[in-house]
Amino acid sequence: MALKGNLSDFPIIQILNLINLAKKSGGLLIQISGKGSIIHFQNGKLVCAQYADEDNNLVAILYRKKKISRKQSELIRKKAGKITDKQLGLMLVNSGYLSQVLILQCLKDYYLSVVRRYLTETKGTFEFISTLEPPPDRIPVRMGLENVIIEGTRQLHESEVLKDEIPSLEMAAKFKKQTGVDIQKLQLSVQEWKVVKFITPKNSFKQIAHANNMNDLEIRRVILTLLQAGVIEMVRSADAPKMDVSTAIPNTSKQEQRSIINRLINRLKTA
Amino acid sequence: MQNVKIVVTGPFNAGKTQFIRSISEIDVVNTERKITSKSEQVKAQTTVAMDFGRITIDDELVLYIFGTPGQRRFDFMWEILSEGMLGFVVMVDSTRAETFRETRRILETFRAYAPTPYIVAANKQDLDNAWEIDDLRVALRLNDGVKLLPCIANDKETVKKILIELLYSILELMD
Repeated sequence: MALKGNLSDFPIIQILNLINLAKKSGGLLIQISGKGSIIHFQNGKLVCAQYADEDNNLVAILYRKKKISRKQSELIRKKAGKITDKQLGLMLVNSGYLSQVLILQCLKDYYLSVVRRYLTETKGTFEFISTLEPPPDRIPVRMGLENVIIEGTRQLHESEVLKDEIPSLEMAAKFKKQTGVDIQKLQLSVQEWKVVKFITPKNSFKQIAHANNMNDLEIRRVILTLLQAGVIEMVRSADAPKMDVSTAIPNTSKQEQRSIINRLINRLKTA
Repeated sequence: MQNVKIVVTGPFNAGKTQFIRSISEIDVVNTERKITSKSEQVKAQTTVAMDFGRITIDDELVLYIFGTPGQRRFDFMWEILSEGMLGFVVMVDSTRAETFRETRRILETFRAYAPTPYIVAANKQDLDNAWEIDDLRVALRLNDGVKLLPCIANDKETVKKILIELLYSILELMD
C-alpha cells in the first residue's frame, strides 16, 4: 500500500517515526510549492538526502561547510571531472587533506539539515517509495532518527505556539511610539538585529524572512520576542488592501455609504 | 433591500451567542450541539457553524450579525463568514486568562483576512474575577488605537454601545 499523503494530515515527524519504527528502506519524496526533495533510508536509518535542486555532491557540501575554498572546489570540479563522491572522498583521505571522519560528519550534517528544513512544514505532499535507492555515486551514511524526531517534536510544538501568536506572515510591524525603550540598548542576537533593521509597515514578515534567509519558524520566533518586549506592534502590511466600504455595501456612493452607517447608528441608539 | 453584516468572533465561551441574542430582533438562529469534549464542558452546548441575528433598520436596510463558532476545529468557517463584513467584534472572556492567547490568535487572523475596523469587547466585566480593562489591553497586546470596551453580553445597553462604537470607527475610516 502506498505510503503517501499530505503533510497537513501527517507531519514529517510522524513519517520519520514510522520509518524508524518499521525499519523501512526506500526514498521519501517531499513536494512543497513545486520543489521536490528526496530523503533516503535504509532499515530505518537516514542514509542520504537531496534538497530540491540544491547541489548535494561532496564538493558542494565540503565547500558549504568551508572545508575547502571556492578555488579548491572549482579546481576539483575541473580536474577530477565526473568522479563519484566515493572516489573523491578516497582521494581527499589518501592525500591527507581531509579525514574520513570529517568528510562523513559534513555529509551527516548536510543530510540532517535537509530533514530539519521540513520538521515544521505542514503544507505539501509526501510519498515513500520502497524501491527508491540512494544514488550510487553518493556516499551513504547511517544515522539514527531518534534525535531528529525528538528535536522535531519540540520544534513542532514551538511552531504551533508561534503560529497561534502570529497566525499570518502577511502582516507587518512598526515600532511602538513612546515605549520608553531605547532600541540601541537592547541586547539582541545578530539574527534579531537583522530583523529589526527591516521593521517597517512596508515589509511583511514573509518579506523580512526572505530577505534574511529565515524560515517561518525563525521569523515568528524573532517577531514574538520583539512583540513581547513591547518594542513593536503588528500592523497590516502597507501593500495589503485598504479598507473599502464598497465591498461591504456594494453599488453605493460614498455619500450613500455614510448615510447607511449613520442610519445604523441612529437605529441602534433607539433599540 | 440593502443588507450589511457585522461579525462577532472570539474564543470558546467568550459570550458571542449571548451577545447576539441580546440585540437581535429575531430569535438567534444558531447551530448548537452538545459538547462532547470533557475539557470544554464549561457549558452544555456550543455553536458548530454560526449564529445569526438580525436588526431591521428601516424598510431598506437590514443589519445581520454573524457569530463565529469558538471551537478551533471550526475555524475554517471564519474566512467564509468574514467575507463582505463591515467590521467585527472580538469578544474575550475577562475572567479566563487561559483564553487570552486564543483571543490574540483570532484577532490577528481576522486582521490578516480583512482591513475592516474592529473593536474588542471585554465580556463578563460584571464578575468579580474579571480582569481590569487596562490589564486586558496589555495581556491582549492591543495598542492604544484599538477600542477595548467593557461588556456584559446579556445587557442590551453594553451590547448596543459596542456595536455603535464599531460603526463610529467605520465612519472615521471613511473620512
